[in-house]
Order: sequence, then structure tokens, then C-alpha cells
Amino acid sequence: MLSADLLANAVVAGILLGGFYAAVAIGLAIVFGQLDIVNIAHPAFIIVGAYVAYILNSLFGFDPVLTGLAAAPAFFLCGALVYRIYFLAFERTGQESLSGLAFFFGVMFIIEVSLILVYGVDYRLVQAGYIGQTWTIGFVDLPLRMLVPCAISVALTLGVYLYMSRTFMGRAIQAVAQDRLALQLMGADPVRIKQWAFGLGIATAAIAGSLLIVIGPVEPSVGRLYIGRAFAIVVLGGMGSIPGMFVAALLLGVIESIVATFFGPSWAPAVSFGVLGLTLALRPAGLFGRS
Amino acid sequence: MHRRHWLFAAVGALALGFTTPIATAQQKPVKIGFSMALTGGLAGGGKAALIAMEIWRDDVNGKGGLLGRPVELVYYDDATQGANVPGIYTKLLEVDKVDLVVSGYGTNLIAPAMPIIMRKKLVFPALFGLGANEEFKYDRYFQIMPAGPEPKLDWSRGFFELAMSQNPKPRSVAIVAADAEFALNAAEGARANAKKVGLNIVYDKTYPPATTDFTPIVRAIQATSPDIVYVGSYPPDSVGMVKAANEIGLKAKMFGGGMVGLQFAAIQKNLGPLLNGVVNYDFWVPEPTLTFPGVNEFLAKYRVAAKDKGVDPFGHYLPPYAYAYLEVLGQAVEATKSLDHGKLAAYMHKTTFDTVVGKVKFGKNGEWARTRTLQVQFRNVQADNLDQFAGPGKRIVLYPKEWKSGDIVYPFKQ
Amino acid sequence: MRPAPFWGSLIAALVAGVVLTETVANEYTYNALYVVLQAMLMAIAWNILGGFTGYVNFGSAGFFAVGAYTTVALHKGFGLPLPLMILAAAVVCGLIGLGLGYLTLRLKGVYFAIATLAMAIVIETLVNNWSYVGGAKGYYVLTPEQHLWFDSYIQMLFMVMLLLTLAAVAVSRALSSSRLGRGLAAIRDDEVAAECAGVPTLRLKLVSTTVMGAMMGVAGAPFPYFVTFVDPLSAFNLFIAVNAIAMPMIGGTAHWLGPVVGAVLVGSVQEVVKVNVSSELNVLLVGIMLVAFITLAPQGIVGLARGYLRRRAP
Repeated sequence: MLSADLLANAVVAGILLGGFYAAVAIGLAIVFGQLDIVNIAHPAFIIVGAYVAYILNSLFGFDPVLTGLAAAPAFFLCGALVYRIYFLAFERTGQESLSGLAFFFGVMFIIEVSLILVYGVDYRLVQAGYIGQTWTIGFVDLPLRMLVPCAISVALTLGVYLYMSRTFMGRAIQAVAQDRLALQLMGADPVRIKQWAFGLGIATAAIAGSLLIVIGPVEPSVGRLYIGRAFAIVVLGGMGSIPGMFVAALLLGVIESIVATFFGPSWAPAVSFGVLGLTLALRPAGLFGRS
Repeated sequence: MHRRHWLFAAVGALALGFTTPIATAQQKPVKIGFSMALTGGLAGGGKAALIAMEIWRDDVNGKGGLLGRPVELVYYDDATQGANVPGIYTKLLEVDKVDLVVSGYGTNLIAPAMPIIMRKKLVFPALFGLGANEEFKYDRYFQIMPAGPEPKLDWSRGFFELAMSQNPKPRSVAIVAADAEFALNAAEGARANAKKVGLNIVYDKTYPPATTDFTPIVRAIQATSPDIVYVGSYPPDSVGMVKAANEIGLKAKMFGGGMVGLQFAAIQKNLGPLLNGVVNYDFWVPEPTLTFPGVNEFLAKYRVAAKDKGVDPFGHYLPPYAYAYLEVLGQAVEATKSLDHGKLAAYMHKTTFDTVVGKVKFGKNGEWARTRTLQVQFRNVQADNLDQFAGPGKRIVLYPKEWKSGDIVYPFKQ
Repeated sequence: MRPAPFWGSLIAALVAGVVLTETVANEYTYNALYVVLQAMLMAIAWNILGGFTGYVNFGSAGFFAVGAYTTVALHKGFGLPLPLMILAAAVVCGLIGLGLGYLTLRLKGVYFAIATLAMAIVIETLVNNWSYVGGAKGYYVLTPEQHLWFDSYIQMLFMVMLLLTLAAVAVSRALSSSRLGRGLAAIRDDEVAAECAGVPTLRLKLVSTTVMGAMMGVAGAPFPYFVTFVDPLSAFNLFIAVNAIAMPMIGGTAHWLGPVVGAVLVGSVQEVVKVNVSSELNVLLVGIMLVAFITLAPQGIVGLARGYLRRRAP
């Protein structure tokens, strides 16, 4: 059954899916990959982003992707606030990782329940002109419902990467990750920088959420499905590396797609996480990580 | 030990306080206990069912209650976790001392209650579990879902009968299902039916429920060139499958079968014209052949009660049956003038009930004596229009014959 | 805690359990106690690797589910009695824990945690596709007729779980106060320094993962009998994994008493809320408790108590 067009389509579908996964993981790549904050509530923030897109789409007919971009600054402020609380409670006292993890578990549950209490558990979907159309290049199909999120995600990744490597703040964030003391000695305030980075991570969640609801229906507990994938992508790509994260996301998408097409979709999670496990066993720093 | 009894009495009183409506009860109320999925994966259906059940309670109390006593519903959220169910029913029976019990929604939530129910020999009306009694073979189980005497087979029988009655007959079928209890059971039935009618099964795979993109799956199905495609899926996957099938132009002649979610208003509105031609199971649609006495009045009350509650606004799928499974229980109580479970069970086995979902008659195994799993085809669906689904003309009943409201359009993709 | 009071309290707890079964017939009591004890056993197990050794396990549900499915497989194949199934689950999950330890030799901190998550997902996919135990369709375990001299089956399950949990408390305490325990604490505080000081870190880590694995498997072994219908959704439940982490954290991870206290507190609150208030609030409550306790009492309740006692000491 291995025909050229089936294979080509499987790979392309995997790339489109992987591109979307990158949008989900990029916030975590900043917050967890570079700052070692185990924000397990990140997918929950993404769901909030999806609901924001849904509300604006159903009330005013705004395009979901645009609402994601418009909501990003508000999410940025929200993220900065959450970091403030986290810092005051944990980082200042040096109690990180495990306590921080429990804290974010709590935040995740609070977010999920609040969404249920306000919006109920019915599935939410959006309408947009490009959902349902397909472009065809030769024998390869590109459904816009997957292509648009992938394209936005590529732009987002590129934007974040350039920000991290070209702007002062971006480089400061990387510096904080690498050597906090040196940064302090150079006169920058690590806390403010981390707060900025965390806000940035949550801002990406707004965008990722809008992409998620373009692809499929959303209800409050959908976030849980992405926890494993998001962390896996960041670790697989290498902590602290944005390009690594992107490659890992594409890899995961392509693996899922090929396994689903040729072997049986029910094995896809085992293969994806098996690859992750193998990488951890052989090269724990990930594909592009700093060792 | 006294303190513990006191604690449980206090807890029980608290529970009553939380769940009792303001009843002008001079007499001891008749308590009906159950667990219901109010959070978790099945909460969409569970919450809608609860609204229907509360409408029944209010209707009955408005007419003087059961046996002259007010009816009280005592329920707890099982959070779609089977592990919570034994504890909840134990509490209902031992602490809250309910008089009657009914089940929660879904096989995962019905099965864990069965051992306790069976031990106490209680009558157990059940809400939508596919073949949940096959292992237990309990003689006081009554399933309101009209699957039929052989639930797993009857579920998809109509789909395949419709297919084989076309000319030329289809020769191959692709079966795809979510890796979850209901979908797998539906697929098992589909497989058996396919073999019985002599179809060649060219694709038979399952997918994990967390799947985001269904394009590779649909493409793999397409590569096997099936004549018809049977899908067993849950709401998010049903949406994904329909969209993917549309986007890559799936060339099957019949598509659908066991897709949960295509009965829900929000999803119907969003998919719109993509649904045209899809043949899927359903249990009640607003077609002229199904206007049973009482159903439209009930649905009107439901629409009002469901406003702004974050549940399906029309309530065509689960709510009428949630109302009905309490109806049959209530009618049995009134007819036998007792709360004795032996008498109730005997009455419920031999009687044909009149309910908002029509005439209900149970067979020996507690399932419906005759199947009424409808096969429904979407037609003339317009884009972005919710209200079109409130009335007839959009979901044509093709099967069974006695409820038919139109003929099939085959092949499904024009 | 000195040996005599400790063993005294264990025996007292056991006796209290027996007396309870003789006096209270209300089955709901045993149901609720079973759930709390199961959570306590998972918490104690998690703490051995998480609290004592400092390695965070995200995949607790995986071990629990393998214990449950070992019972299912043996039930379908051989119909063995429960004690043998518990033993089998302990062996199988202990071996998996050992394997996990070996495979994650070089992983530290968060990498280890992610690896455990990956392992749990792989196991879940395997079980989903294993039709012998029902796969995603689930498996029915009908409640057996005999329950020895107890009034009901759930009473017997409660006694079984009580025995298992008390044994786990004893093992946990033995581990923490022994030389082995001091070695684990050294690993938790600074693994590199510990190695330099001659602590056999690899061997200790393997012991830790194996014991944790075996205990979690034991917690899961009676689960099919408790719930009657087992499917991957209920066995690989997120809540099991979260509680296994939350309870020791709230109770205090440094001491063997921490998970016990945490389980009693969090477990009871969850049980009470489950049958009295809407269940959305249950999830909210867990969230708030987590955030509140972790923020205000990072050392857990036991840590708070010890600090208080220390300040009071002359």
C-alpha cells in the first residue's frame, strides 16, 4: 500500500500538524526550556485562548486567528501576574521545581473548573471562511484548516526566535537562563526579565488557542491531552532551543501521521513517546540542546 | 462509633439540603437516587439528561407526585469516572436511603453500579449503555436506549441493510472507530453485520481519542477504495472525520453509521452543509413520523430550561429518553401502587408503556423488544443556521420502515 | 518516632479496622475508606522515590494501571485468588520499576519526570491495544460470592487495603530511618556529592524505583474488584497521578508520615465533597488546596508541625 502520493500526503499532513504542535509548545519552550519553570498549566491557558477566540467569533464574527493576536497582549499581562505570584511564593524562597509543579497543577485545575462553571461542557467550534477549503498542488492536498494554523505557527516561531536572538530583552532572557548571577552583576534585574519571559510564553498561548479551535472542537478538559505532547516536544528538541523545539514538533507530527496512515492510528502515541524515551536514553540533551 | 453515625447523618442531611427542591412535603418524599456525569467527558449529555429529569420531577409533582407523595431526586456527580460509581450508589442506598434507583449515563458509569444493584435486587432503569447487561444478565435491568434485543448488532443493522438494498450493491466496507468503549462495541457490531451481508472489509482500524488531525486516517481509508465507510466516533472525532472527509474528497457511496456528536445542535450548526448525505444513527428527530404524544411539549419545556446552561439547546438526543426512563419507572409505581422492586420488575417486563418517545416495550434481557435505532440522513442543510434543525426536513429517517420519512440519496457524495 | 510507639499505633490502627468491620454495617463507610487508603498507599509509594530520593514520578497512573491489569489478565487466564494477584502485581510492577531505573540512569530532575510520563503513555497505548484484557472496550470483573467472615465484599476489600497500607507505612519508615534511607536523602540533597562520598547511588536509585513500583502495583491490584468494570480510561486516570503527587506535597515529603497525613486530609475532603457538593467544585477544591498549601506551607503539614515543635523545644 506504499504509494508515492499516500506517502507524500502523509508527510505533508504531518508537517502541517507538527507546525501546529510547535505553536502549542513554544510558550513552554520559553518558560520551561529556558527558565526551568514547570508550567504544567500552559495547555490550560491555551484553552482559555481558544474560548476567547470562540466568544469573539460567535458574537462578532471576528476571524479566530486575528482574535488570538489581539488577545495576546492581555494574556501577556496575565502571565506576568501569574509569574509574580509564583515568584513571591517559591523562587524567592528557593523552593522551586517540585513546589512550582504542584502550584501549576493547582492553577490548571482552577482554570479548567472556572471555564466549566462559566461556559459549561458543551463543545465549542468556530466558523471562518477558510475552514473547509483545500488547496491542491499536484497530488498533495493542503486543507486550509490545517495550513493556516501551520503558517501562523511558523510566523510565530520565527518571530519569537528573532526576538530572542536580536532584541535586548530576548538576549537578556537567554542570559538569565544561562547565568543568572552574571546577569545580576551586569545590572539587569533577573526577576523582571523572567516575568517578561513568562508573560511572553502565556501570550503565545492566546495565539495557540485560536489555532486549536480552528482545527477542531474545544471543551475545558481538552487541554489535558496536550500536556504530554508539549513537554515531550520541548525536551526532545532540547531545552532552551527554539529551532530545536520546532524541529521536534515537526518530527512528532510526521511520525504520528505516518504511523496513522500506514500502521494504525492507535499506535501513534506509543511511537511518539517511544521516540522521546529513546532520545532521553541516548541523548538526554535532546536534538539541539545545550548539554 | 456513635460519633461516626452522627457524622454520616449530618452529611446525609447536608446532601438532602443541597439536592431537595423547595417541596411542600407534608409526607415523606419518594426518593429516586442516581449518579450522573456532570463533569468530565460525558458531561454534555449528562447535564442535558439531568435537566430533562428535573422536568419530569416537576411534571409529576405538579400532578400530585407518586403514590400521593412528592418525588425527590437525589444525585451526585460521578465525573465520568467509573471508580466513583460504587461509592455513590452505596451512599444513596445505605445513607440517603433512596426508594428507587436509576443509572447514570454511559456504559462506563452503568456497569460499576450493577453488583450493588444486583445484590439488593433493585429495579434498574438504565440510560444509554450499549450492551451493558450482557455480562451480568440481570433480570431487573431496563435499558431505555432503543438499541434492540441484540444491541451491538442492531445498532448498525439498519446502516448495512440500507447499503445492501441499493443497486448496484456495494462490495467493500471500511470500518474505523475510536479506541473507547462505545465506539469499539459499535465497530464490533458493524464487523459482524458486514460479514453477514457478505461485504469485504478492506480497512478495519482504531484511533486514539486524543487524535488531532484525521486527514491521514481518512486518506488511508480512501487508499483502500471502500464503497461504504462505517465510523464509530465521539463528538470531537466525528467533527474531525466529517471535515477531513470533505477536505480530501472521500469517494465513498455511504458514510457515517455510529458517529456520536452529529446529534448535537452546536456541532450540526458548525458542520452545516458538510453533513449533507451523511447517514448516521439517531434516536429521535423532529420528523412527522416521530411526533409522539407529549414529546413536543417536553422539548419546549427543555428549551426554556436549557437556556444559558452550556448544554445542547434543542435536546433531541438524550433528554427525551432521560425523561422516558423516569416515566416508565413512575408509571410502574403508580400501576402497581407500590415501591416493591419485585412487583415493579414484573410489571415493567410485561407492559408496553406510553412515553414521550412513543411506545416502549422491554424484552427479557432488559433491552427493547424491537430495535428503534434510526438511520437518519442529513439533507438540504444550510450553512450557519441553528434553527433549521428544530423542525423536520433536515434529518430524514430512512430506517426502520415503520418510522421512515423519506428515501435514501445514494451515493452520498455528489 | 521510636519503635514501640510506632508499632503500637500500627497495631492499634489494625485493631480499629477490625472493630469497625464488626460494628458498622454501612457499606458506604468502607467504600470511602477504601478510596482514601488506596490514595494513601499511592502517596506513600510515590514519596519513596519523590520525597526521599528527590526524583519526581509523573507516571504513577502507569504503575497503578499495570497492577490493575495484572489482576485482569490473571483473572481471565487462571482465576487466581486475590492475595496471589496482589503478589503478582507487586512482582510485575517491581520489575517495571527496576527497568525504569535502569533506563533512566543518566537522567536527572525534569528529564526523569518527562521520561516517566513517556513510559506511562507508552504503557497506556499498549494496554489500549491488548484485546486479551479487553483493550479500550474494558473488562468486567464480577464481584465474587465469598467474602470470608466479613459482612460484605467491600468490607473485605477494605481490610485488605488496610493491611497493605499499614505494611507500606512500615516499609516506608524502615527505609527512611535505615542506612538506605540516609543514602537516599544524600542523593536527594546533592547526588554528585553523594557519589563522591561513596554512596552507591545507582543501587539505591534502583531499590527506590523498584519498591515504589511494587507498592503502586499493589495499590492497583484490587482495583478491578472494587470498580467491576475496568478500562484504560479509569485505570490510567489523571487524578490518580495528581493525587499521588499532591498528597505527599501537602503532607510533607521529607518524612514518612507526610503522605499519610496528606492522604487523610486531601482524601477525606475529596470524599466528602464528592457526595455533597457538585463535582466541579471537587476539582476546584483540589486546585485551591494545592495552591494554598504549597504556597503557605512548602514543607507540608508535617514540616509545619516539626517547625512548631522545634520552636517550642527548650
